[in-house]
Amino acid sequence: MRRALTLTLLLALTLGVSACGGSKKSSPSTSTGETKVEPANITMWTPFVDPELQTLKAVVKDFEATHAGIHVKVIGGTNDDKIVAAIRGGNAPDVAQSFSSDNTGAFCPSGAWIDLGSYMKKDGVDASIFPTAPRDYTTFEGTRCALPMLADTYGLYYNKDLLAKAGYKSPPKTISQLTAMAKKLTVRDANGKLKVVGFNPFPSWYENVPAHYGPSWGAQWMNGDKSSLNTPPWQDQLKWQKSLVDWYGYDNLVRFNAGAGDEFSASNAFETGKVAMHMDGEWRVNFIKKEAPKLNYGTAAFPVADNKQDLYGAGYVTGSIIGIPKTSKHKNQAWLLVKYLGTNTPALAKLSNGIQNVPTTSASLKSPALTPLPGFQTFLNVFGNANTTTTPITRIGAANQETFQSFISKYISGSKTDLEGGLANVDKQIDNQLEQANAGQAP
Amino acid sequence: MRAPAASPPIQLDRTAAKRRAAWRRRGIVLAFMSPWLVGFTVFFAYPLVMSAYLSFTHYDLLSSPKWIGLANYRFLFTKDQTVWPAVKNTLWFIAIAVPLQVLFALGIAVMLSRARKGVGAFRTVFYLPALAPPVAATLGFVYLLNPATGPVNTILEKAGIQGPLWFDSPQWSKPSLTLLALWGVGNTMIIFLAAVLDVPQHLYESAQLDGAGFIARVRFVMLPTISPVILFAVVLGVIEGMQYFTQAYVAANVAGGSASYSAEAANALGYPEDSTLFYPVLLYQQGFRYFNMGYASAMAMLLLAVSFAVTFIIVQNSRRFVHYQGPGR
Repeated sequence: MRRALTLTLLLALTLGVSACGGSKKSSPSTSTGETKVEPANITMWTPFVDPELQTLKAVVKDFEATHAGIHVKVIGGTNDDKIVAAIRGGNAPDVAQSFSSDNTGAFCPSGAWIDLGSYMKKDGVDASIFPTAPRDYTTFEGTRCALPMLADTYGLYYNKDLLAKAGYKSPPKTISQLTAMAKKLTVRDANGKLKVVGFNPFPSWYENVPAHYGPSWGAQWMNGDKSSLNTPPWQDQLKWQKSLVDWYGYDNLVRFNAGAGDEFSASNAFETGKVAMHMDGEWRVNFIKKEAPKLNYGTAAFPVADNKQDLYGAGYVTGSIIGIPKTSKHKNQAWLLVKYLGTNTPALAKLSNGIQNVPTTSASLKSPALTPLPGFQTFLNVFGNANTTTTPITRIGAANQETFQSFISKYISGSKTDLEGGLANVDKQIDNQLEQANAGQAP
Repeated sequence: MRAPAASPPIQLDRTAAKRRAAWRRRGIVLAFMSPWLVGFTVFFAYPLVMSAYLSFTHYDLLSSPKWIGLANYRFLFTKDQTVWPAVKNTLWFIAIAVPLQVLFALGIAVMLSRARKGVGAFRTVFYLPALAPPVAATLGFVYLLNPATGPVNTILEKAGIQGPLWFDSPQWSKPSLTLLALWGVGNTMIIFLAAVLDVPQHLYESAQLDGAGFIARVRFVMLPTISPVILFAVVLGVIEGMQYFTQAYVAANVAGGSASYSAEAANALGYPEDSTLFYPVLLYQQGFRYFNMGYASAMAMLLLAVSFAVTFIIVQNSRRFVHYQGPGR
């Protein structure tokens, strides 16, 4: 009995010591200029997996070095479902990162991620350090429960060899140029099967979602608190998309896509030269470096509608958000990490260099420490463009985008033909969803 | 005054002892039942009651539920345009795939019951697909039926036939899922086989003496005898059909591919063109993707009510064609 007791005590001691980790060596409190906090072991969840995860861990190590006493355990490969479940179960991490800025509309109003306003005020962090779009997708109805941490912007990738072979020296700047070049760059075999697709406009293929196209037509999602998809910019965008899909033949493109390889694999259709021009995010630069280093390609802002040429240079932006779940037991320490990852210029530069995502403060965007890969500068420019937009944050998360996409797939395939009537109905559905989601909320 | 004989207290004692014994017995029974009781309460009764309650609330999973009365049901029946297409998809599956599954399983069972050689091997071969996890099986089918690189279309092309787009076509996606369902009927098949083998041999012999051929023997001897098992398979099939989710979810996501990295995401649920958006898939989408758990609960309550009603109707009407053996039926 006594032996068992001794063993138990020993075990408890061992566990206790290992749980304390390195904090024994640290000073009793840590100072970061503004906030003094007690030492603590905190946890951060991130959706990143290797090799990106290693970059994040390296930056977190830098944070630990400058914040004595705070030890961070970084857990990769998580997602929003896990975060929500953990918040409900009371065992959420102290710091959570999400790839889905749409969910700001769920995290902020529910209080699931705490309001960062008072922390920012205390430490003198002003939201104006972020450009407009990331500033917008991290707040909801006046509550800022998240900071942006790296962004994704979209542009055009083009295969220089294929363009040169077809006699083109530069990428298209307008949609009509894109269309003409796409047709000329397309190669079919003797049976009419698509071998090379100039530009693949098939809905929902790879990055082909309306959110990414909208900015090139100056299209808006909402007018006030009503959905505004039945408007000329969206109509023009969809008419163009359908006419180009029809030019290839809908079934031909479906067959091409089915054999085109996974988007996030070395058999990506752009990386293997099956697609000559391509809409994609800035991360592709890094993927190409690893998966297709010999690909001779260039990047440019995505072409714009012929009647919106002043928009050239703009694009779509979205990004990761980072915040503190309400169940965190070390909110002060968590805030220091959130602040570091969201606002510290060297940290953002290091993250951007390692992951090749866009850094999210105006200062870090100009940091001399940035070492962008060739082609990456395009995306930094898109990010800084005043006309670059993001999708509005609503209580229904991505439901509006998905309802829209559902209609688009039917319109492009030809199973729905009435564009205006269809779009008006999509608007109605989204307004109904918004109304339904707002039921039970304080007026 | 002298006290009378102490018989009443003794009687009381006996009654009390009996009562104690009865309680003890009840206690023992309860103790033996407790694993089931706990399981039933925690995993069935509580979620059911909570789901019913939540269906009258707005609940985003993150903040506490807010009572909104019948608003979720009003939205469900009058405003949500995705519900009816999802119901139609589910009805399609119940009307086409479920009867085919029953017929297919019964057909294999009858054939196996007549096999003379290698019965064990055949039984294993036909049962084996049922052991494949649904996700793995679906992945396999999406690969086999890939319109561009899949072996099925490659072989068809060699034979000069342009294969269909399978999981990439709104006309073919449900038939493709049906093929997958037929491939995995092993469990139903085994039950049918046991029932078919259980048909008393003397009934066949009597029928044969009366001049009944194979078809007549199946029609008048085998089918009536195994009709309770057919009813069981149909009811189970219909209930599973109403809850059909995993295969549809996986097939849509894999065949649809999606802009998943940036997570604002092309939504592949229902791909292509909502043709695989079955009712439970829609329910999942509302509850877990849109944080609309109150509404999803209302959808779940409707599913429960419909499942209950359909099962009730089938069982009620089954008396006409189900034949139970034994006295008193």
